[in-house]
Amino acid sequence: MATVYFDEATRRFSKDDAAPAVDGITLDIADGEFLVLVGPSGCGKSTTLRMLAGLEPVDGGRILVDGHDQKGVRPRDRDIAMVFQSYALYPNMSAAQNMAFALDNAKVSKAETRQRVAEAAKILELEPLLDRKPGQMSGGQRQRVAMGRAIVRNPKVFCMDEPLSNLDAKLRVSTRSQIAGLQRRLGITTVYVTHDQVEAMTMGHRVAVLRDGKLQQVDTPERLYDHPVNTFVAAFIGSPAITLVESEVREGVARVHGVPVPLDRAVAGRAGEKVVVGLRPESWHVVETPAGGSRDGADPSALGLTVELVESLGSESFVYGRPVGADEGADRVTVRLDKRTHLTVGDTVHVEPNRGEVHLFDAASGERIEA
Amino acid sequence: MSTSTIVGTRDDEQVPPTGGQRRRRRTSHQVEASAHHRGPMWTAAGYAGMVLVVLVIAVPLFWILLTSFKERGDIYVRPAQWWPDPVTGQNYSELTTRIPFFDYVRNSVIITSATSVAKIVLGVISAYALSLLRFPGRSVVFLVVIAALMVPNQITVISNYALVAQLGWRNTFQGIIIPLAGVAFGTFLMRNQFLSLPGEIIEAARLDGAGPMKLLWRVVMPMSWPTLVAFALITVVNEWNEYLWPFLMSDDETTAPLPVGLTFLQNNDGVTNWGPVMAGTVLAMLPILVLFLFLQRQMIKGLTAGAVKS
Repeated sequence: MATVYFDEATRRFSKDDAAPAVDGITLDIADGEFLVLVGPSGCGKSTTLRMLAGLEPVDGGRILVDGHDQKGVRPRDRDIAMVFQSYALYPNMSAAQNMAFALDNAKVSKAETRQRVAEAAKILELEPLLDRKPGQMSGGQRQRVAMGRAIVRNPKVFCMDEPLSNLDAKLRVSTRSQIAGLQRRLGITTVYVTHDQVEAMTMGHRVAVLRDGKLQQVDTPERLYDHPVNTFVAAFIGSPAITLVESEVREGVARVHGVPVPLDRAVAGRAGEKVVVGLRPESWHVVETPAGGSRDGADPSALGLTVELVESLGSESFVYGRPVGADEGADRVTVRLDKRTHLTVGDTVHVEPNRGEVHLFDAASGERIEA
Repeated sequence: MSTSTIVGTRDDEQVPPTGGQRRRRRTSHQVEASAHHRGPMWTAAGYAGMVLVVLVIAVPLFWILLTSFKERGDIYVRPAQWWPDPVTGQNYSELTTRIPFFDYVRNSVIITSATSVAKIVLGVISAYALSLLRFPGRSVVFLVVIAALMVPNQITVISNYALVAQLGWRNTFQGIIIPLAGVAFGTFLMRNQFLSLPGEIIEAARLDGAGPMKLLWRVVMPMSWPTLVAFALITVVNEWNEYLWPFLMSDDETTAPLPVGLTFLQNNDGVTNWGPVMAGTVLAMLPILVLFLFLQRQMIKGLTAGAVKS
């Protein structure tokens, strides 16, 4: 068990590269924490993880494990266990041999090795499979052997590189909670890489969002959802995605497709002339009859949407609508409805933003504007 | 045997083989269909071609075998006598009494096994270093190895001869074995095999604390058996049949291997007594033939492994 500290860690794949793959990441991971690195593909999250494991060099800054700089420390001397996306099991060894390999290398006694493998197998329900080779196992079983190989070592840090992405959807959900539960139980510091924001939100104590090698925000899942620091984080976290609309601010009021959104006085004071207003699907409510007509020039308080797509999930549904009167190119607005409201494509629905659930970002920089 | 487990470990690789099978099946259908279209003439022509190729390869070998059982007088007759009449084992007994045949066999075994072991060990170790260990100048070293592949043996023979003769190593085993132990081909073949292994497994082993030798023996080699078997078989065959260098290096049965020994036999007798020479040739071919029959499946698998893997 250990703390991990990324201090301006940088990785350049070529010397003259203007944009490093990992660009000065500073990240403090507490002992026993489950930290998730998330971002779109190519954002440098896997590279960051591999730098920690020693599989990639650190070209700038440093990485500390328990306060010790890892520069020049070989991967095998770092006491870090990794679970790979492809599992990377040794095809010529049985499940038990796969798990025992690291202990064997570390000169752990035969008896203790046997005991630790048996323990891990029990936790992961692998006991009937111990004599099988990877080729004779299903994807889920291989995944568990890969987990077992990491667990038996009782390492300082677990590194997991998208360990669930080769599993089918159902198995992924159950394994997700198993891994999270296992991590809480073992209390081993874990860095987990995924591109799946649902995994990120449900598994980690904290989530770090990366984009183009740069760290955007590190926070608890709740903070990340409720207080995204910029439009990128706001758009990346949450499914369906947040609706972002550019708007001018006049007299402390922003407008979303013509509908006034009153701003907090403190916030309005910080906002420039142009802002981006963000509203999550659940930050709207349906109004029966719009107050005030849009035809006579007065402000409509509700936004009329022509329904273009309905995604019904049973317990709730999401409606993707185009503002009434907007041209073809206008962005769609996403609204969450409860299961009592039924709409079909072509219907018109009027919605109002919920007070206090409006995210405001600077139009130029995309940074969050906060009181 | 082990290939099926290797392929099976990676999810993403389970699809291509089936796809490949389907494709293969489709092409064989197409071949059948086109054969029907073209009619029996083309099919017959195809078989005729195959028969021709088999004859070109097999008839000389068959002739050697038959001649080895003929009496001396029956070898040179016109028209050619195809079947030995009477069948005689005299050539074989003559072979073992006229020359120290078993000395040559012993020498062949010593030279072949020593050279093969040296070549295989050096090939594997150098390929491992050139593929999986990082050190400065690695690509330059590899280029030199490739360049060595381009130089034919016959060119280096003269300078090698001068050097080895100067060392006083003529008619010694080390004089024959050491200059033959260089291994550009094995290095090249095994390096490409090692590079084709999934990098994540190598990384996993490194994280699991495997040192360089452990990584090689426990992880890399078990995944590379088919290629190694192919390499080993090719090496053994080549060394067993090696002629030019041992011929230059050895003057008698103390060090000469079988092929050179047969030359001595032929030289002793003049060119008319082919019977014992043919008998010796048959016996010289036999061990390799047996080895090949045992390992051919492994070897063909190894030679095509790199091609089938995406």
